[in-house]
Amino acid sequence: MKIIVCIKQVPDTTEIKLNPETGTMIRDGVPSIMNPDDKGGLEMALNLKDQFGAHVTVITMGPAQADQILREAYAMGADRAIHLTDKRFAGADTLATSNALAGALRMLEYDLIITGRQAIDGDTAQVGPQIAELLDLPQVTYVEDLQFANDTFTIKKANEEGYQIVQVETPCLITVLASANEPRYMSVNGIMTAYQKEVEVWGFDNISVDETKLGLKGSPTRVFKSFSKGAKSVGQKYEVDPKMAVEIIMEKLKEKFII
Amino acid sequence: MNFSLTKEQLLFLDMIRAFVEKEVRPLAAEIDEEERFPVETVPKMAKIGLMGIPFPVEYGGAGGDNMLYSMAVEELSKACATTGVIVSAHTSLCAAPIYEFGTEQQKQKYLPKLCSGEWIGAFGLTEPNAGTDASAQQTTAVADGDNFVLNGSKIFITNAAYAQVYIVMAMTDKSQGTRGISAFIVERDTPGFSIGKKEKKMGIRGSATCELIFENCIIPKENLLGKIGGGFGIAMKTLDGGRIGIASQALGIAQGAMDETLKYIKERKQFGKPIAQFQNTQFQLADLDTKIEASRLLVRMAAYKKDMKLPYSVEAARAKLYASETSMEVTSKAVQFHGGYGYTREYPVERMLRDAKITEIYEGTSEVQRMVIAAGLLK
Repeated sequence: MKIIVCIKQVPDTTEIKLNPETGTMIRDGVPSIMNPDDKGGLEMALNLKDQFGAHVTVITMGPAQADQILREAYAMGADRAIHLTDKRFAGADTLATSNALAGALRMLEYDLIITGRQAIDGDTAQVGPQIAELLDLPQVTYVEDLQFANDTFTIKKANEEGYQIVQVETPCLITVLASANEPRYMSVNGIMTAYQKEVEVWGFDNISVDETKLGLKGSPTRVFKSFSKGAKSVGQKYEVDPKMAVEIIMEKLKEKFII
Repeated sequence: MNFSLTKEQLLFLDMIRAFVEKEVRPLAAEIDEEERFPVETVPKMAKIGLMGIPFPVEYGGAGGDNMLYSMAVEELSKACATTGVIVSAHTSLCAAPIYEFGTEQQKQKYLPKLCSGEWIGAFGLTEPNAGTDASAQQTTAVADGDNFVLNGSKIFITNAAYAQVYIVMAMTDKSQGTRGISAFIVERDTPGFSIGKKEKKMGIRGSATCELIFENCIIPKENLLGKIGGGFGIAMKTLDGGRIGIASQALGIAQGAMDETLKYIKERKQFGKPIAQFQNTQFQLADLDTKIEASRLLVRMAAYKKDMKLPYSVEAARAKLYASETSMEVTSKAVQFHGGYGYTREYPVERMLRDAKITEIYEGTSEVQRMVIAAGLLK
C-alpha cells in the first residue's frame, strides 16, 4: 500500500494577528507547527504502516522553513518526504495550491492520499476536496476512523448529526480530523536520523501542471478586507443570587431595546 | 566553540517538552503523594526511545548521545524528579556500565532489553556501612565452580523493586582492598536474590528505593562484569557518568521551580502590585537564573566531554556539585516566594524542594564531588 500525506506548516496560535495596513498575517515570532488535522492524517497513515507495512510519503508546499515539518514527519516514521517549493507557487490560494499539489501527485504512485480536513490558519477545508476533483478520485471527508480489508477502506465519517459509515475503493482521497487519533511522538532515533534523510525538493519543472494555474496568477480568490476583531469593552460584573440576576438581565435587555 | 543547539536537539526538545506536559507533569503530584512508581510512564518513555538514548542502534539504543540524554533527564525533572531519576539510574548506572565494560555477549543479552524498556536497570554499591567510603564493601562473592556465590546486602537502591537487571559490587578478595572488589550483572529471578524493605523518603517518593538482599545468591561466571578485582574502578567510572544524569536532574528541578515561581510572582499581588515588580524579587530572581544557567553550562560541558571521549570525571563532579547546590537554593527560595502557599502541597515547589535535597547526596555527596575536584587540582 502506498500512502501520500499532504501536510502544511501553520503558525501555532489561535490568535492570529493581522497587520491592519496590509491585511496580511503577522508571522514573526509565532512558532510554526504541523497543522493538527494533517498530523492526525499522518498518524492514520503511520498506523496503516504499522499494520500493513504501508509506504508513507509526506509532501508539503511552502517556503524553505517548511522543511521542519518534513523532518518531524521523518522522526515520526514517514518513509519519503517531498518539499514543493518554487517562486511560481507563491501567493497561491486554495485552488492554485491544489493545482500544484495535484501536479506533484500525478508524478507519484498511490493507493491512498490523505490530507487534513483544514488548516488552522485558513480554515477553508477546500484543498483536500479540490485535489480529489483534479485527480478524479473518490473522496471521503471528515474522517474519524478507517479500517482496511480487500482493497477497500471502511470509513467512519463525521457529520453534524453523528457519523456515517462508508466504504471506498482504492485509489481514493480522504480528509482527516485531528480528533481521529493521538499522533505519536517523534522517536529519539527518528530525530537522530531525520536530518540524515533526503528531503526531495521539487519545483515547477518536477511536476505536471499548467503554469497559469499556479501561484498568484492561478488564484481566483480576491481578499476584499482582513481585520482583527476589535477588543470589547470590559463588562460589568454582578455577584448576586440567581433571582436577582434574572431581574438585572431583564432590565438590561429592556434598556437596550432587545426585548 | 559553538553554544547553539543542533537541529536534532531542537527537534528533540520540541518532542520531549510535549511528552512531559502530556505524560509526566499530570502524574507528578500524585506519584509523590502516593509514593507510587509510575509504572505506566516507563513503557511510554520506552516507546519513543528514552530508555536507551545514548546507546547505538545495533544494541537497541536510540543512537543519540550523552548530551541528548542529559537534556532528557533535565526536561523530565522540570516536571517530575522521580521520572528523571528512573531514567538516569537505568541509563547511567546499569545500561552504561554494561555498554562500556561488558563483553559482546553481555551487551547483546542485556542492552536490547534495557534500551527497549522491557527491563529496567539498577545499580548496587551502597551498603549500610559503605556509603561515601564505598571501598568498605561487606557483600562478598566467592568463586564456586562455574559460579560466584554472593552474600550480603545493598541499601538505597533506586529502581530496585521494578528492575530486572542490577549491577552489583561485591568483595571477591578482601585482602586486596578496593582491588578486591568485582562487579556482577544480577538478574531479578536469580535464586538467593531478593528485594528488601522500601525506604520512606523525603523526596523523589515515586522512585522505588529498596534494599537488595543476597543469600547464597548464585551468579554464573559469565555475569562477571569486567575483570575480577576491577569492580571498584567500574563503580567509580559508572558514577562519573551517573553524575551527569543527576546534575541534569538537579538542573531540571531548579528550572522547574524557577518556571513555577515566574508564573506565581506575576499573579500574586501584595501591597497593590504583583510581587514580580518588587526589586527585591527581581534581584533574587536574577541571581538564581544566573546560577541555573551556569549549572546548565557545566552540565553540558560534562556531557560534551563524555561524548567526545575526553576525560570528564572532574567536569561531571563540578556539574553535579554546582547544579545540586543550586537546585537546593532555587527550590528553597521558590518556596519563599510562594510564601505560605509554597509550604502547602497545592503548589509544586514544596515537592521540588524535597526532591532537590537528594541531588546533594546520592551518586556521591557534595563532599565527594569536592574531593574529586580537589584531587584533579592537586594531582
